[in-house]
Amino acid sequence: MATSDTNTGPSLLYRLVNDKELRSVAIQVITIALLFAFLFYIVNNAIVNLAAIGKDYDFKFLSEASNYDINQHLIAYNSRSSHLTAMWVGILNTLLVAISGIVLSTIVGFILGVLRLSPNWLINRTVYVYVEYVRNVPVLLHILLVHGIVVNTLPIPKNAINLADSTFFLTNRGFYTPKPLFDPAMWAVLIAFIVAIGFTWWFRRYAKKVQDETGKIYPVFWISLAAIFGLPVIVYFLAGSPMDWDYPVLKGFNFKGGLVLRPEFIALWLALSLYTAAFIAEIVRAGIQAISYGQTEAGKALGLRDNRIMQLVIIPQALRIIIPPLSSQYLNVTKNSSLAIAIGYMDIVATIGGISLNQTGREMECMTIVLGLYLAASLTISSFMNWYNKRMKLVER
Amino acid sequence: MKLFKTLAVSAAVALASTSGVATAGTLQDVQARGELNCIVTTGVAGFGAPNDAGRWEGFDVDFCRATAAAVLGDPNKVKFVPTTGKTRFTALNSGEGDVLYRNTTITMSRDADLKLTFLGVNYYDGQGFLVPKALGVTSAKQLDGASVCIQTGTTTELNLADYFRANNMSYEPVTIETNEEGQVNYLAGRCDVYTTDASGLASTRSSFEHPNAHIVLPEIISKEPLGPAVRQGDDQWADVVRWVLNVLIAAEEAGITQGNIMGHSKSAGDNPDINRIAGTEGDFGAMIGLDKQWAVRAISAVGNYGEIFERSIGVNTPLGLARGLNAQWTQGGILYAPPVR
Repeated sequence: MATSDTNTGPSLLYRLVNDKELRSVAIQVITIALLFAFLFYIVNNAIVNLAAIGKDYDFKFLSEASNYDINQHLIAYNSRSSHLTAMWVGILNTLLVAISGIVLSTIVGFILGVLRLSPNWLINRTVYVYVEYVRNVPVLLHILLVHGIVVNTLPIPKNAINLADSTFFLTNRGFYTPKPLFDPAMWAVLIAFIVAIGFTWWFRRYAKKVQDETGKIYPVFWISLAAIFGLPVIVYFLAGSPMDWDYPVLKGFNFKGGLVLRPEFIALWLALSLYTAAFIAEIVRAGIQAISYGQTEAGKALGLRDNRIMQLVIIPQALRIIIPPLSSQYLNVTKNSSLAIAIGYMDIVATIGGISLNQTGREMECMTIVLGLYLAASLTISSFMNWYNKRMKLVER
Repeated sequence: MKLFKTLAVSAAVALASTSGVATAGTLQDVQARGELNCIVTTGVAGFGAPNDAGRWEGFDVDFCRATAAAVLGDPNKVKFVPTTGKTRFTALNSGEGDVLYRNTTITMSRDADLKLTFLGVNYYDGQGFLVPKALGVTSAKQLDGASVCIQTGTTTELNLADYFRANNMSYEPVTIETNEEGQVNYLAGRCDVYTTDASGLASTRSSFEHPNAHIVLPEIISKEPLGPAVRQGDDQWADVVRWVLNVLIAAEEAGITQGNIMGHSKSAGDNPDINRIAGTEGDFGAMIGLDKQWAVRAISAVGNYGEIFERSIGVNTPLGLARGLNAQWTQGGILYAPPVR
């Protein structure tokens, strides 16, 4: 009969140094403890030093009137609104330029990426030169250049360029378009639009099912297009055209009425999009070239035309390689939009992180807000991209 | 073990490398350093801008040099820290500069809330509007709907919002960071109006190709007393800067100029005011931590207030500013220095 060994084995200290597992756990615990101690020290240091010069850390200033005006505000705002409202105006402006930048840069980037692989020598080389130039110049210079061009070459409102017989005006104070004024009956058109989208989504699944079962191919693209545009238009006319236009008119110094795209927004949007498009073009080219030529040959053997091969065989596989670096580029667009302050575009850094910070003297609180908002925006974008990436991933056994 | 050691050492290094609270003895710091750090603007012609050779010149710059001469004996021992409207106060509070001479308006919130101490007024100014003559505008009340170039982080921004709201007018604010950016946008036609202190407008207009094609509208919509600032909490340094400013104004009132100060400092004369400033009577320098020749050095470096004014922004300069409110109280203005006694 074996007796249990009453000896407890080597001492804890000995095991801490020599036992691999225990040692690694101990090191991790100690590292985390040191990290937290360091963070605590930093925060405490800031609080103590701020108190020493008489500054406290509170957000009460957000409810005070801001006393400054902002030229582009997507929500109602005037100089009597609070700093909190100014913050929301800034956030909306940042999101506006980030999302429009992401959309335009993706479209242009994909087109440029595919063109870069064109067998036509001129197109190929032109895109190459464009990409190399854009990538190697800092984005701030692009922004300043586009803004300089827009402000200096376009005319002042008195001599505005008018397009389409005085409906659109192009000046160095902005691009003016008519603004649609909606009657309440417009809701019917909106509902028709949503119904059309729902129908398209259902129809795509149905058509795929039919194709799998019987091999009959419906022209899904054209039918969806007809539905999405046709249905709302029909409902629009049935409801008696419930839409009027507010035309921009030159009154005194500037145009009044209509919608306006400010030159700061246009410059930032174009510069950011064209800059990021160059990077996306290279990512797309890398993704497409990573697919072995055997896939194209197999497609040709099946009798598919070149553009169908690209659309049905190459791009779906290339997307797996393209999406992860693409999400980095989207985050870059969002963060590069903070350069807006260089040309006077009132984004989050310019409103709460700039004017509000300066007028109230609350640097720590304002910077905390700005950092928190950029972090939230970036995490949202990257989590969406991660979800999309998971959907596209190669599902292995 | 190696990993643990590196972690421990790096943590200790990180803990040790923290910055402490600023010390209160700015005068001692400046004397030990041998150089005065002066926070100025990035470039406003006449008030503070580097000339072609890179040497800083201007109205505010001369006051910095006077302070350096009084404290260190040499008006050239100044390091100029250019800042924008947004960064000037954080630069002062963080210790990047010892004194701020940056045509900055004295306001209650800046004095109390931002923890600064203002030391007097070196220029009484007001906010005005600059428009091209071609617009045909003769009064600020005709500016409804205009685009206005405005520098961020300034009192002019707040005054502009207040003025237009009070007069029921709307405008499009075009925010700019620096004077240069504002000039470019104004001349390109991005904005119809450029607004800042009237002295800044004169300075800006003087640097245009055709200065006479632009006019400053008659409305002055605010009080902008411009003056130097230091950090709160250092009374001795505040006294030094305040009394250098006061003595330059008092010197003009007493008739002391850059030309005759050396003569006055050699022997006491009949005028006790002049004697006290020139250091031949009493020891006022010791009261603020300096020696008897503090005022002599300051005045012989840059002259009295009137000479500083005429050199950089007076009627014979491109800015062409009249003394106006900035004349001595005995000559129709409101400059009134407390006596050195």
